[in-house]
Amino acid sequence: MNRRFLYVLPLVVFAVIAAYFAVGLTKDPSAIPSVLIDTPVPEFALAPIKGRDRGLSREDLKGEVSLVNIFGSWCFACRVEHPLLMQLKKENAVPIHGIDWRETDRDAGPKWLAKFGDPYTLIGDDPESRAVIAFGVTGAPETFVVDKNGVIRYKQVGPITGRIWEETLRPLIEELRRQ
Amino acid sequence: MIPEAGHFALTLALLVALVQASVPMIGAHRGNAAWMELARPAALAQFLLIAFAFACLTYAFVTSDFSLLAVVRYSHSAKPLLYKISGVWGNHEGSMLLWVLILSLYGAAVAVFGRNLPPGLRARSLAIQALIAVGFIMFILFTSNPFERMLPPPENGQGLNPLLQDPGLAFHPPFLYLGYVGFSMAFSFAVAALIEGRVDAAWARWVRPWTLAAWIFLTTGIALGSWWAYYELGWGGWWFWDPVENASFMPWLAGTALLHSAVVLEKRDTLKGWTIFLAIVTFALSLLGTFLVRSGVLTSVHAFATDPARGAFILVLLLVVIGGSLALFAWRGPSLASTGVFQPISREGSLLLNNLLLTTAAAAVLLGTLYPLFLDAVGGGKVSVGPPFFNAVFLPLMAPMVASMAVGPLLTWKRGELGPALTRLWVAFAALAAAAVLAWAVVADGPLFALVGMGLAAWLLVGTVVGFAERVRLFRVPFPETLRRIGRVPRAAWGMTLAHGGLAIAIAGMIGAGAWKVESIQVMKPGDTQTMAGFTFTFEGARQVQGPNYSATRGTFTVTRDGRPVVTLHPEKRDYPVERMPTTEAAIHPTFFGDLYVVIGDAQGSEGAFVTRLYFNPLLGWIWGGIVVMVAGGMVSLSDRRHRVGAPKTSRAAAGAGAGAPARA
Repeated sequence: MNRRFLYVLPLVVFAVIAAYFAVGLTKDPSAIPSVLIDTPVPEFALAPIKGRDRGLSREDLKGEVSLVNIFGSWCFACRVEHPLLMQLKKENAVPIHGIDWRETDRDAGPKWLAKFGDPYTLIGDDPESRAVIAFGVTGAPETFVVDKNGVIRYKQVGPITGRIWEETLRPLIEELRRQ
Repeated sequence: MIPEAGHFALTLALLVALVQASVPMIGAHRGNAAWMELARPAALAQFLLIAFAFACLTYAFVTSDFSLLAVVRYSHSAKPLLYKISGVWGNHEGSMLLWVLILSLYGAAVAVFGRNLPPGLRARSLAIQALIAVGFIMFILFTSNPFERMLPPPENGQGLNPLLQDPGLAFHPPFLYLGYVGFSMAFSFAVAALIEGRVDAAWARWVRPWTLAAWIFLTTGIALGSWWAYYELGWGGWWFWDPVENASFMPWLAGTALLHSAVVLEKRDTLKGWTIFLAIVTFALSLLGTFLVRSGVLTSVHAFATDPARGAFILVLLLVVIGGSLALFAWRGPSLASTGVFQPISREGSLLLNNLLLTTAAAAVLLGTLYPLFLDAVGGGKVSVGPPFFNAVFLPLMAPMVASMAVGPLLTWKRGELGPALTRLWVAFAALAAAAVLAWAVVADGPLFALVGMGLAAWLLVGTVVGFAERVRLFRVPFPETLRRIGRVPRAAWGMTLAHGGLAIAIAGMIGAGAWKVESIQVMKPGDTQTMAGFTFTFEGARQVQGPNYSATRGTFTVTRDGRPVVTLHPEKRDYPVERMPTTEAAIHPTFFGDLYVVIGDAQGSEGAFVTRLYFNPLLGWIWGGIVVMVAGGMVSLSDRRHRVGAPKTSRAAAGAGAGAPARA
């Protein structure tokens, strides 16, 4: 009996995986945010985080191709992409604006940036997820590519890796700059 | 006209595959020799038809026939010939055609070289192979037809992603596919054995060469991809735990486990169910690798939403192939009785341990790769599982595996003794300590795991050599006797020694490059210098150069060490006007102790200043060197006459004749 169970187990595990696939494929979980691609940035204006005098609003995203990066001191994956953002900042590759999301403590975000470095040009504080909901963000980190006219052109879900930057984001940014 | 001929040949191949999947299977069931024999000509015909279809598509790419949609999308008349050809498989449709071409190539190889296989097993496994082909050819014909026309034809093509215009990447997919698809042979043999209800040492001996060949190709394919990422992406890294890489790494882990469990099955007639299970899982992971990455399910779900037919087809195909074989396994598996018994401390025990660690590692990578998708499916929001997860899970699994790899070959079959084996490994213990101390002396402020890792790499390398020395009784018998024994060492044993030693070298490289990498990013004006890792880099300036289908900014760096010139490096930043896409060409100076790696970025201001990235990657070349040794080990082992498909009978006779000497491999 026990022995037989061991031989059936792989089939059961596969059935679970397959069911997830079936749901995952038909549901198209990214359908909601994709609505925002190629539409102007939603109206929003966020206060600055502690220690800065300027926040972030829709008007700030016009005039130049930029990235809007959703982060938070509580977000582990944000720490993963952080060194890459710092490199981009050092290289002056593209202005990166930050939305500091869901901080319960007003010191947490600034402390985190002081510890790991601050790659952001402008930062908006968004403890109540106002702008973040308007952007259709589902988790952190998430990064939007915004063109000169303040139109969202791409959304990167999850940390930016060197590969994603080289293969997707950098070419897109260069193209948007030429437009 | 030629594309239509290719399309027609592919349709014919589908019909042939249908016949090959059914008639020999029924023949094997009824014991009808003529029906079983049909599998061989059918496999050859199927291969020739698909090869013809592939040749037609290649012709269309080479002659830039822009009436074909695939050529328009993925080629351009200004592209060098090599990349016109690699463009054939640089897209979804063409790559699927390459997939079935390789699938039928393996089938044809069994038809030609498998003369000594029992007719029933040969007929059934070729039928299973054809069944897979039926699914894939239908997938191509109904959802991903590479021969689709585009009328009227445009003036020129839309080019190929310039990142992909690279020799490393041109040959990466074919090798990867030769590996992925090669595991289909082990799968077909496993399913055929389940249908027959018989798995024995002879079966394991027939499966091993195919698995070994697939492993060699997959290892090469993964290494080519990684090498490409290293010099082309320009971030100084060679492995990103990216879904694309993970997808190829999972079948590698499972396939490596399969290679080792097949050895146990062959020698000791045990681990039968487990070996069959691994054969199924390895191919299942290969399918997952082919589909989920190519179709973009893992990277962006959009690809599926835009083409639901393709997604549904893939899902059904996975369900039938993987679900069907696992159901068969659940039904027939328990009847496979193993006869060999063994103690935990034995050669079998150590191989089983390695199997468990490898499959756990594969499962962990699978979990990390699919977890975000799963969470999405249940509405749990998005999470990302990055390199920290993989490193945290992977390293603790690999450390005991490497530690036991040196011990296993010194244990005897059935029941071994740990004490004497460890005593013989005293040199390896000394090497472990020496390597850790040396690493600490050179890089005192590095992470602790690097010291442990270097120690383990030395342990494995020296332990492997000790294992070989034991085999030839070095210093225990007079030297001429040792020489005589070296001459008699079977090639499979040479192969194992090389592969394990190669892994030790590669691990040292991975640890070195991972833990001790030095990098420096800054803006440099012409004449500026930067010192890093003992090297002084002087930026001499940059100028514009013109390539065949790109223009580039080419920087010049002179590198000196203690005032003596080392090398002049020319990194480039290329711009491909047709695709409007930039690429980075890192300049790399490999040395024995590490790679100097220089990247030029964007211009800053008007004084000729540029962003520059400088890296020193310690021991990185050892990764490639180690992998080359591993692959060489695989090839040597494959050339062992006991593995030759035609040889089993004679080899068994020889083994019988020399029964006085214990069989060791």
